[in-house]
Order: sequence, then structure tokens, then C-alpha cells
Amino acid sequence: MMPESSEASRLAVIFLASLLTNNIVLSNFLGMCSFIALSRSMKTAFGMGLAVVFVTFCTAVLNYLIYYGLLAPGNPCGGADLTYLTFLVFILVIAGFVQLVEMLLERFLPGLYFSFGIFLPLITVNCVILGTNLLMIEPDRHFGLGDAAVYALGSGLGYLVAICLLAGIRTRLQPADVPRPLRGLGLTVIITGLLAMAFMGFTGMVDL
Amino acid sequence: MNAPQQSGPWVSTLTAGITRDNPILVQVLGICSALAVTNAVRPTLVMGLALIVVTGGSSLVISALRNTIPHRVRLMVQMLVISVLVIVVHLLLRAHWYAMSERLGPYVGLIITNCIVLGRSEGYALQHGPWRSCLDGIGAAAGYAAVLLVIAMVREPLGSGTLAGVAVFPEGFQSALLLSAAPGAFLTLGVVVWIVRAIWPPAEPTEHPEALP
Repeated sequence: MMPESSEASRLAVIFLASLLTNNIVLSNFLGMCSFIALSRSMKTAFGMGLAVVFVTFCTAVLNYLIYYGLLAPGNPCGGADLTYLTFLVFILVIAGFVQLVEMLLERFLPGLYFSFGIFLPLITVNCVILGTNLLMIEPDRHFGLGDAAVYALGSGLGYLVAICLLAGIRTRLQPADVPRPLRGLGLTVIITGLLAMAFMGFTGMVDL
Repeated sequence: MNAPQQSGPWVSTLTAGITRDNPILVQVLGICSALAVTNAVRPTLVMGLALIVVTGGSSLVISALRNTIPHRVRLMVQMLVISVLVIVVHLLLRAHWYAMSERLGPYVGLIITNCIVLGRSEGYALQHGPWRSCLDGIGAAAGYAAVLLVIAMVREPLGSGTLAGVAVFPEGFQSALLLSAAPGAFLTLGVVVWIVRAIWPPAEPTEHPEALP
């Protein structure tokens, strides 16, 4: 751990690492399904990306408070070790939060609802959200609340950047004459591999 | 999307998931986090087994409960059943094989969000009997595990020179580190899909208009 005086620089390191060097899609393989299914057009990709950024950030903060307030050993509410319930509680919080946001958006901001609310139901089973939540409580990371929030923000933005890059490349490739068996899934996965290789170039710049 | 096997011998319900309806190669589903463990054969096998247990179990339970689950809250109930099963697998692994549990890290928990598990219970178990749903879940998960295993069997020997921990190349073999790193998983999967689709071309357009998340 770095000394307290370098708090700001530590947050910057966590942010850049989760955005670039440890990109949640390209190096942790999370969120692959939506990454491939929704990257056909830039508009869809951007809408899904924004929804992921928002939900990841909010649920990470919520789940962090719940985890250290209720579940972790030595918590303020009784102190019993309830960590075996982590998966159950996290997924319920995510599903509940998504449902709530969807209802609020539909009721109060219909415009926003139609531009990105339609992606919300898909988000409960998006691995980026649960993955970020589980990765931030890994014991060897020693994340405080601020660290976790920045980590979640960086991870969500990392997904947004990755899916927009892929959507851009796929749009440009549309007129290309690709061998039939490679069309669709095969080519998309190979492009993702090349993107992951490009992101490996950031390795060593910062490290979590 | 291919219609799931409605009737016929139970063997075909089991094998359809591995071949004709393979979740990764045919349905473009569940190319999820499990790829992360495919840089070695052994964790891949454990991950595949865990997925088979969870998918088979959740299909069985949800199919048995299918007439009592209110339609509006069915997603929530399915997530609950799946999470409980994943917790059981996670605790068993921690108790009996701690090193493997550490090696797999958060990826065991991420089985919850694997689209195949929810896909099978939503798409098959809610309309069919428990016994057949269980087989269908096992078949789909086995098809997924088989693809993961093929990827691991390419990545581990070329990336680190071993197969399931046993050295397979003579001394002085220069391993391709790229295959151990993340891009190797994507590139290998892409090539596997390419080969499979070149040998058995898909009957329908290669891409589905809307896939599950």
C-alpha cells in the first residue's frame, strides 16, 4: 500500500489500470455475450455501454457498503461471517437495482428510457456488473470505498471503450468479403483478440 | 434459434446440446468469463464440471417448480435457484480443493451470470418435465465445456509447454506466451469457430438477429 499522501495518485492508478491495462472485457473476459451481440451498430453499443457504466458504479457502491456492513467477518451488525451469502446478496441487489432504475426511468424520463432503458433488463445477467462487484472485494486488493467506486467507474468505462471500438471496426468491415464460415462470431472473436493484443501494449504502464 | 428437441429418445436431448445446438458454436451464447480459465486444462475441466452441475441442477429444480412460480417474478426465482447452486459448488470446492478454488477466483461466482444457465431454464425447463430438463441442461453445459476444453488443449501446450501439468514438448521448447495471455483465448476461439463452421456449415444465417445478453 502506498502512503496516505498519495491518495489521489493511487486513485488515478486504479482508474487507469481498470480502464486500460486490466480492461474488464479484453483481459478479464467479462461481458462477452453483450459485447458480441450488441456491437453491430455504434448507437446500440454506446447505449449499452452507458447503461453498464451507470449500473456498475451504483451497484458496486451499494454492494461494497452491504458487504462490509453486513457480510464480512467483524462487520458492525453482529460481526458474524456471512460471506457465503455474497453471491446471493450481490445478484439480488443488482437485479433489484436494475428493476428500480427501469421503473423510475420509464415513469419520469421516458426519453432517456427509450434511448438506454431498453438495455437495462439485459444488464442483470451482464457479467461485467457481477464481475466488478466480486473483483473489488478480493481480499488482496485492500480496497476502501473510494478505491472501489473508482475501480467500478474505470471498469464500466473500460467496457464502454471496448464495445465502441469493436462496433466501429465491425461497421467498417461490413462491405468486406469475409469467408463464409468466418462471418459473424468467428471474425468478431478474432477482432476482439487483436484488440486485446493492442491493449496488452499498456501493460507495465500502471498495475493494480 | 434452433427449436429444442421436443420428444424422441432421451439420448438426443442430451447430445443435442453438445452437437446440433451447441451453445457457443451454434447459438452464440455464453462466451462468458469461463474463457478466462482456459489457459490450462485442469482448471478448465473443473470449471466445465461446475457448470454442468449448476445447469443440470437449476434446470431440474426450476422445471419441478415451473407450475408454482408466478410468471412475473420468474426471473428473480431463477436467479435465486442458480445462485444457491453456485454457492453450494463454491463451498464444496473451497472445502475440498482449496488450491483450485483460489485458482478459479471469482470465476466460479460468475457462473451465475453465464447466459447458458439462465438460457436453458428460461428456454427449456419452464416448458418441459424435470427429468428431460435436467438432461437438456447437462447437454448444453457439456457442449460448452467441450469447446472450453478444446481451447485449453490448444492454449496450454503451446502457451506453457505442458498438458494438464505434464510436459509434452522436449527441453528447449520456446512457448508462445501470447497464447497464455488473454488474446490467445480470443484468437483460439475464433479459429475453432472458423474450423467448425467450415466443416459443418450452419443451416441458417451465421448470426442471429437478437441473441440473449
